[in-house]
Amino acid sequence: MTATAPLSLANLTAHYGATKVLDDLSLEVGAGELVSLLGASGCGKTTTLRLIAGFLAPTRGSIRLGDTDLTALPAHKRNIGLVFQNYALFPHLSVLDNVAFGLKQRGIATSEREARARRMLDRVGLSALADRLPGALSGGQRQRVALARALVIEPPLLMFDEPLSNLDAKLRIDMRVEIRQLQRANGTTSVFVTHDQEEAFSISDRVAIMDAGRIRQLDTPEVLYQRPANAFVARFVGFENLIDLRVTARDGARVTAEGAGGATVTLDQDQLGAIPDRFVLATRPDGLRVATGETGLPCTLGLRTYLGRAYHYQAETPVGPVTASGPLSQPLEPGGTAWLAPDPEQCCILPPEPA
Amino acid sequence: MIRRLSPPLIVFAILVYLFLLGPLVIVIGAALSDTTYLTFPPQGLSLRWFEKIFEMSAFRRTIVTSLQIAFASTTLALLIGIPAAYALNRYRIVLPSWLSTLFVLPVLVPEIVLGFSLLRSVQVGAGVPVLIALLLGHTLIVLPYCVRVISASLASFDFSIEEAAISLGSPPAKTFFTIVLPNVRSGVIAAFILAFITSINDVSVSLFLTGPGISTLPIQILAHVEQFFDPVVASVSVLLMLLTVAVMVVVERTLGLTFLAK
Repeated sequence: MTATAPLSLANLTAHYGATKVLDDLSLEVGAGELVSLLGASGCGKTTTLRLIAGFLAPTRGSIRLGDTDLTALPAHKRNIGLVFQNYALFPHLSVLDNVAFGLKQRGIATSEREARARRMLDRVGLSALADRLPGALSGGQRQRVALARALVIEPPLLMFDEPLSNLDAKLRIDMRVEIRQLQRANGTTSVFVTHDQEEAFSISDRVAIMDAGRIRQLDTPEVLYQRPANAFVARFVGFENLIDLRVTARDGARVTAEGAGGATVTLDQDQLGAIPDRFVLATRPDGLRVATGETGLPCTLGLRTYLGRAYHYQAETPVGPVTASGPLSQPLEPGGTAWLAPDPEQCCILPPEPA
Repeated sequence: MIRRLSPPLIVFAILVYLFLLGPLVIVIGAALSDTTYLTFPPQGLSLRWFEKIFEMSAFRRTIVTSLQIAFASTTLALLIGIPAAYALNRYRIVLPSWLSTLFVLPVLVPEIVLGFSLLRSVQVGAGVPVLIALLLGHTLIVLPYCVRVISASLASFDFSIEEAAISLGSPPAKTFFTIVLPNVRSGVIAAFILAFITSINDVSVSLFLTGPGISTLPIQILAHVEQFFDPVVASVSVLLMLLTVAVMVVVERTLGLTFLAK
């Protein structure tokens, strides 16, 4: 029902004063697609959103939505639906007038805009509260009003700025599902800014992981979670152990690699893909198994923590401290010696980090 | 929870109220006295000194002048103060911090100094007529109240509300009037009242700027006391008090006084 359009950011650079906050960022969001910008505060995700909305001007680069070049268009002419973290409802207007506000700006007659606003309130389940003031609503209800207000203008692009951060955990999940369903049903191109990894992965078609004003990797949640492209993304998605290694011998698909302190690991290229001469082996704690079989990486076990499904151990190895896991059936005592074997299913090979 | 108040605290509270209200009671008593000189407690009760105010053209004229100056300077100060307060809050991060101090400066400089320098520069130096000079002087002394009070209101205003309106298609200038202003309305009204009362009651600056034939009510009271010692000054003071009370009642009725204390 909505005229949706692809969003295209090309070589966006932005500054706050002399500080560069966005560095040559390019991003394509397909028509009807939901892309999340994920990263810690200060990574540039909100800046990107504000540039698209028109509240900030880029130093360089362009923003296109469908056939329209937005770069120089004033914010009030961009026709983008925005949902804010703190709801940003108009405190002096009723819920109905809040939702109808955008339609009023478009010169739509009172009777029609009220009918459309009521229909939209009905869709978010709030028709009974149409005459209340925003101050009388709960957080979840306010965010629904904000959502209705952004959707009712039928924008070709919807943007969310941490819309769920102020809600409690249970409500956050409900709202997340609701936002996704409404977005799917309308087929509106969407950009979703969040610092919550689970939120981004659960709601998005694709996720852009950002750091220092750049996108470090843009892909589907599945790929990001299982095959991060670099050490930054790997750490971000929970690959706690990053081990620098150098290949010393190749025997068919079997590769022997050596790390600091002379520790060696044998890996299988058939399982892990091509391994370059210098690389980083990344594993989650669950991908580094503690064994007593005297093969793999020797270590001294430290603190043991019980996680319900397994034990985690802080272990000292010649290549540095790592977090490994062991079976519940066989708890090992701190201070003992053990061997660590990487589980190829839960490892990935990364290019070496630039020094 | 009911707590018993300690007796010394009650005594102290009563003393504070006596100190605050005592002079007012004495002025009201003196104004109602039937004597031809200022006295308290009043001897005989009469409203003739109130009638006398309106028989004296100097008082009639200066009441009108005071009201005109108060209205005009307050309006002018709001026209400057609202955009200034908006800019100071909206662009707090990029604006230098001394800029907000600049707008409070007129209350920090002793009013006598302000009055004298205005006399030197505006009236004598630039030859500005008395009424205009008074208007400028009053605007200057009430401006800090406008900027401060409206700033306090805007400090709790969430500017993403403004951005939400703009994103929904409302041009920035229109957004200011339809979204920002209605949400700082109480601040604007409070600023208006504070500024109005400050202007009506001002002596120090007006003392320098009033000139031949043009004076404000407090200056006229001062001049009258210098020559006469009759209860007219007391009744005029009561009138001034009633005016202030009337303004406060209007505020209380429309907004509640508590917000002034915020």
